[in-house]
Amino acid sequence: MDIFLQQIINGLVQGSIYALVALGYTMVYGIMGLINFAHGEVVMIGTLVSITVTSTLAAAGVPLGLAGLGGLIAAMLVCMALGWSLERIAYRPLRGSPRLTPLITAIGMSIVLQNLAMIIWGRNYLTFPPLLPKVNFEFAGAHFTLVQVAIVLLSAAMMGGLVFLVYRTKLGMAMRATAQNPAVASLLGVNTNRVIAAAFVVGSALAAVAGVMVGSYYEIAHYQMGFMLGLKAFTAAVLGGIGNLAGAMAGGVLLGIIEALGAGYIGDFTGGFLGSHYQDIFAFVVLIIVLMFKPSGLFGEKTGDRA
Amino acid sequence: MKNWLSPRSTAGIALITIALVALPFVVGMGGQAWVRILNFAILYVFLALGLNIVVGFAGLLDLGYIAFYAVGAYTWALLASPHFGLHFPIWAILPIGALMACVFGVLLGSPTLKLRGDYLAIVTLGFGEIVRIFLNNLNSPVNITNGPQGITLIDPVTIGSFKFAGTSQIFGFAVSGPQKYYFLLVALAILVIIINLRLQHSRIGRAWQAIREDEIAAKAVGINTRNIKLLAFAMGASFGGIAGGIFSAMQGFVSPESFSLIESIMVLAMVVLGGMGHIPGVILGAVLLTFLPEVLRYAVVPVQMSLFGKVLVDPESLRMLVFGLALVLVMRFKPAGLWPAPERSREQTQKACVAVTQTTAEAVK
Amino acid sequence: MQAKLSVVALSVVAAFALSACGEKEAPPAPVAAPVVPAAKPEIVVKLGHVAPMTGPQAHLGKDNESAAILAIEELNSQALEIGGAKVKFELLAEDDQADPKQGTIVAQKLVDAKVNGVVGHLNSGTTIPASKLYFDAGLPQVSPSATNPKYTQQGFTTAFRVMANDVQQGKVLGEFAAKQGVKTVAIVDDRTAYGQGLADEFRKSAEANGIKVVADEYTNDKATDFKAILTKIKSKKADLVFFGGMDAQGGPLAKQMKELGLKAKFLGGDGVCTPEFMKLGGPATEGQFCSLPGVPLEQLAKGPEFKSKFTAKFGYEIQLYAPNVYDAVMVIADSMKRANSVEPAKYLPEIGKTNMEGVSGKIEFDEFGDLKGGAISIYKYQGGTLAYVETLGGSPVAEAVAEVKDAAQAVAGAATAVGADAVKSGAEAVKTGAEAVKGAADTVKAAVEKK
Repeated sequence: MDIFLQQIINGLVQGSIYALVALGYTMVYGIMGLINFAHGEVVMIGTLVSITVTSTLAAAGVPLGLAGLGGLIAAMLVCMALGWSLERIAYRPLRGSPRLTPLITAIGMSIVLQNLAMIIWGRNYLTFPPLLPKVNFEFAGAHFTLVQVAIVLLSAAMMGGLVFLVYRTKLGMAMRATAQNPAVASLLGVNTNRVIAAAFVVGSALAAVAGVMVGSYYEIAHYQMGFMLGLKAFTAAVLGGIGNLAGAMAGGVLLGIIEALGAGYIGDFTGGFLGSHYQDIFAFVVLIIVLMFKPSGLFGEKTGDRA
Repeated sequence: MKNWLSPRSTAGIALITIALVALPFVVGMGGQAWVRILNFAILYVFLALGLNIVVGFAGLLDLGYIAFYAVGAYTWALLASPHFGLHFPIWAILPIGALMACVFGVLLGSPTLKLRGDYLAIVTLGFGEIVRIFLNNLNSPVNITNGPQGITLIDPVTIGSFKFAGTSQIFGFAVSGPQKYYFLLVALAILVIIINLRLQHSRIGRAWQAIREDEIAAKAVGINTRNIKLLAFAMGASFGGIAGGIFSAMQGFVSPESFSLIESIMVLAMVVLGGMGHIPGVILGAVLLTFLPEVLRYAVVPVQMSLFGKVLVDPESLRMLVFGLALVLVMRFKPAGLWPAPERSREQTQKACVAVTQTTAEAVK
Repeated sequence: MQAKLSVVALSVVAAFALSACGEKEAPPAPVAAPVVPAAKPEIVVKLGHVAPMTGPQAHLGKDNESAAILAIEELNSQALEIGGAKVKFELLAEDDQADPKQGTIVAQKLVDAKVNGVVGHLNSGTTIPASKLYFDAGLPQVSPSATNPKYTQQGFTTAFRVMANDVQQGKVLGEFAAKQGVKTVAIVDDRTAYGQGLADEFRKSAEANGIKVVADEYTNDKATDFKAILTKIKSKKADLVFFGGMDAQGGPLAKQMKELGLKAKFLGGDGVCTPEFMKLGGPATEGQFCSLPGVPLEQLAKGPEFKSKFTAKFGYEIQLYAPNVYDAVMVIADSMKRANSVEPAKYLPEIGKTNMEGVSGKIEFDEFGDLKGGAISIYKYQGGTLAYVETLGGSPVAEAVAEVKDAAQAVAGAATAVGADAVKSGAEAVKTGAEAVKGAADTVKAAVEKK
């Protein structure tokens, strides 16, 4: 039982990270129906920036907690700028072109960002300074750390904040209006360009937070870390119903737990035929099944031609 | 292109034939290694033309295309190597490989038919990864693919008693192994080009085009979109399978690391860069992107050495950077590719005009 | 065996025939020679070297190439004469980007350039497809670092390597685990050719030594999260987690073991026997073990000298395979000397008979072209450095016997040293001598058991 509980904790933490990244996909997709393939790379840039800033500050004698905060803020600023320029340079000029066009651009941007990061930060794995004290908790035989608790709480808080933004503020109302029908929204005086840019900026800020979380959780970072994370987060968003904020959160946590339990138990169930070597395909299999049978996701509303 | 290949222009055909026959010998003067690079270029032409059917003709963005190449390569490797002790002849393996790839194409295609463009892209990407992960892991409990170790000692192509590996004397000429493969590849490539051309202007080709432009309208005019889309997947996959088989035979060794996602993206970049749906453009894209790394290798390091005195960016990372940028810039400024089909480029300009009017209208507001 | 020999013979004949053909097409060296007006004819021996010079492994490739340059310079300074002509060695360095496709292209380049021999490639993934081209051209190939056992098992008489392969390393690691009193083990591999190969060999060896494998788990070479598989391993109560893979995954894996409260020890191969592993794994790596093929340079007669020469020339420390590359070049040069010819076909048979003391240890080949014995050294992560523990394997009985003899001599020496004035030091010497005898006896026992 303690093992099962441990797997649930593993999945929950991993899933919270997926969820936070998935929120970024869902925001952009909900408003303009575009899969921002480069979102995973924004997370990666966030992690790497925060590493550089945090270690520089820490080396300059700033207390680690403060340095970490500095790193987080720097990462958020850089990622917000990056998100804004991505939209401005790569996606806005393509509005109104065939659907494939922005998708191919997004793949291109993803490659560009990865290789730029490699040129700037190098090919080696970087170590992330531990931001939180190493406190180990034990509950019914299952172990977890302070960082893990912080990740789950912070993810929940971020999602709460985002829901507030979308449903309780003027910008949020403009976002929802643009998502419903951009033409009508703009007729009613919504500056859709600005709203879309705002969605990118907010999504990128979330990506930066996710990046810092990933970094402080695993304490390592690498220029290729974003791609797979992005794909899985996208799967999470689809699983929960893309365009739906609470759905993205639920989808992320669910996917994390599916992966953990899959890796932990599938080998025993299939007599060793399938095992943890197939861990990475669980996400894809889930994605394919969801899209085949319930394209609007588990919690998504019916969205016409969305899928 | 069309009047070259039509029988009316005998001179054109003769000229192309002479050029194609002479090419490996001219290139071979600079070393057989260049013939090998040429062979890989043709192999990529082959792959790009296969993907062009799916992406260019039918407008279905497939990010897992390399999976079919992998299926073809492993089919050859398993049927013609000491791994299972099988040594089938080429006319048995190539069709089996094509068929296997075709089956996988349909397997992938059927559940994803209902999906729209961007979902399809992600699902095909996932499919490509699933195939690679299975190839990498099917060495236990039953050893089928030999896992990450790959399969060695794969038979080279032999037709009758004629071997494609090693140098042999033909009509008094010494023809090297890579040169012989070149002729095989060119023959196959010509076949694929002819099939592509015929398809493009057939009923099927027009049906694909209709689906690409507007699926709902295509359905409304009575096109069986399901079967026509499946056909695109199946045909594209078969070409990938054949290319994979030849790759396997040429290399003598396959392992899953040759079939990673980045290869899928490479082939896609060739199609997009050259001109989606336009056969000469796709060929150009494939040749360009195969030779690009070679050019970069000889240009980047010396240039940087002379400018900065050391190598700041190695050619390998620059190559990927150039790929990425090319995708972005081509989509931004020349969405129909470097060598677009005449009618496509007209469409795109019209579309661009519409977009520009829209944005200006918005800006005015 | 009979069949095998005839295959070898046939391929040697084929190699002769091929190289003869090659000569007819373009006589290489002698044409170039008369350009230099010298009293003695000078011949240029071109050696190819292949490693990834760009891409993720560029730093290792650079290391390899530097070692090859060093070896070539030394050979040239010796003013060797082979077959009555002065020999000048030249290096043709190529970059295979660690990509199998590129591997065959550069191999073709070297074949075209009619090099006399090839040192490389670095990775198994490129070495294997390239080995076919070299074999077809009759070119001897000595890889310094390709550890995939398949490389030498293809029946190519031209393929050699100067490093212990994964089979040898996995075997030693299994024996070491048993010696540590491990009863149950969980095996994790990263599904790369290297990681999976090593893990498989470890599994065989561990089982042969009476260790129970309680869990087989897998990850990949880009993973950062291992908690799911580690939790499962925890439930199986393994004494030891064996990891077949690289440091970038091994370090976080060791760290996450600690976070999950696993009491099991960690053991890995050369992929995790790096400073990077300790950097990424932090305190969790302290006291764990790993292995490296070969014997540490400090323990070898020529090791420290090579190390200082290398650092003096290039201004940086040896990364990994430099000593092996150096030896690979020397193996080729040595075989040319013994054959008194630089023709690939003529000196190829001599490579198999190599018996030399290289900077990375003793070099002798078995019938496959693999290093005979193949010593593996065990290291312990201690206070942020790799501390040498012991060298296992690689001691055929004869060598062990020699060790016993040495030890006996030491004892004898110590005995004579025992005089009225040197009782204390003598006693100490006796003790060390006795210990040496014991150690040697152990090795003999181990070697005999292995046989």
